[in-house]
Amino acid sequence: MDCYKRRTSTCFPFSCETPVKIHEFQAKALFRKYGIPVPRGIIAKTPDEARDAALKIGGTVVVKAQIHAGGRGKGSLRENPSVHGVKVVKTPEDAAAFAASLLGNHLITHQTGPEGQQVKQILVEEASNIATELYAGVVLDRDTSRVAFIVSTEGGMDIEKVAEETPELIMTERIDPATGMKPYHGRKIAKALGLEGQTASQAAKLFAGLYTMFTATDASLVEVNPLVITAEGEVKALDAKVTFDANALFRHPEIQELRDIDEEDPKETEAHDAGLSYVALEGSIGCLVNGAGLAMATMDSIKNAGGSPSNFLDVGGGATEAQVTQAFKIILADPNVKAILVNIFAGIAKCDVIANGVVGAAREVGLAVPLVVRLEGTNVDLGKKILAESGLAITPAGDMHDAAKKVVAAATGRSVS
Amino acid sequence: MSVLVNKNTKLIIQGITGGAGSFHAKLMMEYGTQVVAGVTPGRGGTLFADKVPVFDTVAEAVRATGANASVIYVPPAFAADAILEAADAGLPLVVCITEGIPILDMVTVKHALKGSKTRLIGPNCPGVITPGECKIGIMPGHIHLPGHVGVVSRSGTLTYEAVGQLTALGIGQSTCIGIGGDPINGTNFIDCLDLFNQDPNTHGIIMIGEIGGSAEEEAAEWAQSNMTKPIAGFIAGATAPAGKRMGHAGAIIAGGKGTAAAKFAAMKAAGIHITHDPSMIAATLKLAMA
Repeated sequence: MDCYKRRTSTCFPFSCETPVKIHEFQAKALFRKYGIPVPRGIIAKTPDEARDAALKIGGTVVVKAQIHAGGRGKGSLRENPSVHGVKVVKTPEDAAAFAASLLGNHLITHQTGPEGQQVKQILVEEASNIATELYAGVVLDRDTSRVAFIVSTEGGMDIEKVAEETPELIMTERIDPATGMKPYHGRKIAKALGLEGQTASQAAKLFAGLYTMFTATDASLVEVNPLVITAEGEVKALDAKVTFDANALFRHPEIQELRDIDEEDPKETEAHDAGLSYVALEGSIGCLVNGAGLAMATMDSIKNAGGSPSNFLDVGGGATEAQVTQAFKIILADPNVKAILVNIFAGIAKCDVIANGVVGAAREVGLAVPLVVRLEGTNVDLGKKILAESGLAITPAGDMHDAAKKVVAAATGRSVS
Repeated sequence: MSVLVNKNTKLIIQGITGGAGSFHAKLMMEYGTQVVAGVTPGRGGTLFADKVPVFDTVAEAVRATGANASVIYVPPAFAADAILEAADAGLPLVVCITEGIPILDMVTVKHALKGSKTRLIGPNCPGVITPGECKIGIMPGHIHLPGHVGVVSRSGTLTYEAVGQLTALGIGQSTCIGIGGDPINGTNFIDCLDLFNQDPNTHGIIMIGEIGGSAEEEAAEWAQSNMTKPIAGFIAGATAPAGKRMGHAGAIIAGGKGTAAAKFAAMKAAGIHITHDPSMIAATLKLAMA
């Protein structure tokens, strides 16, 4: 077992892809399917259902808001900051009351952004008698191109913080794809966590289940935080966070069905459906670029010139008129956008075709903000001529630096040297 | 001289009858690449563009034509299989253009290729070009100029940008390699720097990285003790937020790791000539080589 290296590129707790997320109760249903012990739980969508669930489970229960974000226990409601997303309650009436305070309101955690995420369902679970809290995650290790376990004795904590402050408390075990996970891997991981006897064998079995589930479902992250040992010596996954490789969804219709579109950014979903790659940012300058690397470099140029990008948008190496039009619409839906920079390096595509696309799109969406266009590549002179003769207020730019200066000047109303 | 590909490279195109495959097959042939065969299962015995024989399997195509390289344009669900088929046929060079291959498929491929004689470039990459001799991939051939600068990059259009800058300055390229934007790739920065270092025709190198992973840091460390030629470097994504994928599957800052700042710092510490301005990449190398 290797100690966690400071410069490791193991992707955790996030995945390497923009992952497909599911809710905790769905992740726990998958856990059960793969033989991973979880507390008994019932999902509820109303306070009445929560009361019934608590009654059915009996005794003390834990009520947990179900949103696609971590940090729910520490997070609080936008509408009532004194209410957090997780609570232990003793009676069915208290479960109903807590459910009533959560449902329909918005939970803000360090992963949701300032708006929070609306709570539409809650999980009512039997309470566990916790003796020890551990951490276990399964991820892809980029350095070795292998699936890896990351475990720690510091369960229930923010694992990124543990990795930062006490990296010696995090252990990594990489699995050779030729053998897959073997029983000794499980024993080794259990030992590293200081587990003994019956508890160690239970834990080893649980780790094997996590690995089987990770590979069978094309997961990009399977995280259990905390993994607990109860006072009775049982090993249980108290929480479950699972995300999937979006590129592998085509072979998992059962996981496709678990998606909750309400939890996803509508603009990012719309862009994805149009074949565009879009990420919303906080700034005031819209960017429309072909290619991911060039799109990032364009954002960097804007920053170097003293501005701030409102988005990352890659229309793909090709870039058709229809895509450019759709991209303009998505960018302009953001009210913070004060100017737009189009940066296209036409390789296989031609600048005149792109220029026609930009002019057509600008006309169609009735562009009301300054537009700076930098074209380079095939038929660049023809492209520039089309822009100049369009009658639209388009500012042409030479190189990326020039383009960034011009668009920052247009957005801020002051010249940039 | 050049690295990986030259005028003697005999190329097979896997997926030659598909949309992207047939489009780029024609462009590669126009550029002068020796395209000796195509492979599409079920289409064996036909001719592509009236002259390139199409085979059902890579093994047959290699036997019949003596090909020594392959380029893959098949859809993501079948791409891992295509890579493994090319390796099984003994091809020394396989370039995979396909974007969106499931990551666990690449875990298997990467493991299977270990110890084999096949070098994989990509996936999710623009390909490899030795200007004036051989173009394998999707890059625009006409922006290149034969010469003495090696280019290695994780990006597509940003590589074209750097090549365009070089050509505009009258500086030609020995070979340009796109290693791809996925978290697992067949060939990394160090492999390419090593090739360029050993190539007498390469006098300087441009290295373009991006956020995510630690390949750039490792390459910088390696370069410091091994490289004898000047390198100019740029990292895309200084303004990218953490936890968000920037287009490429591998371009994500996770758990505070993989930032542009850390990569720039590692390159600078290793004596690589960095620029924070992407419009100055070629000019930075020119200065370093002067």
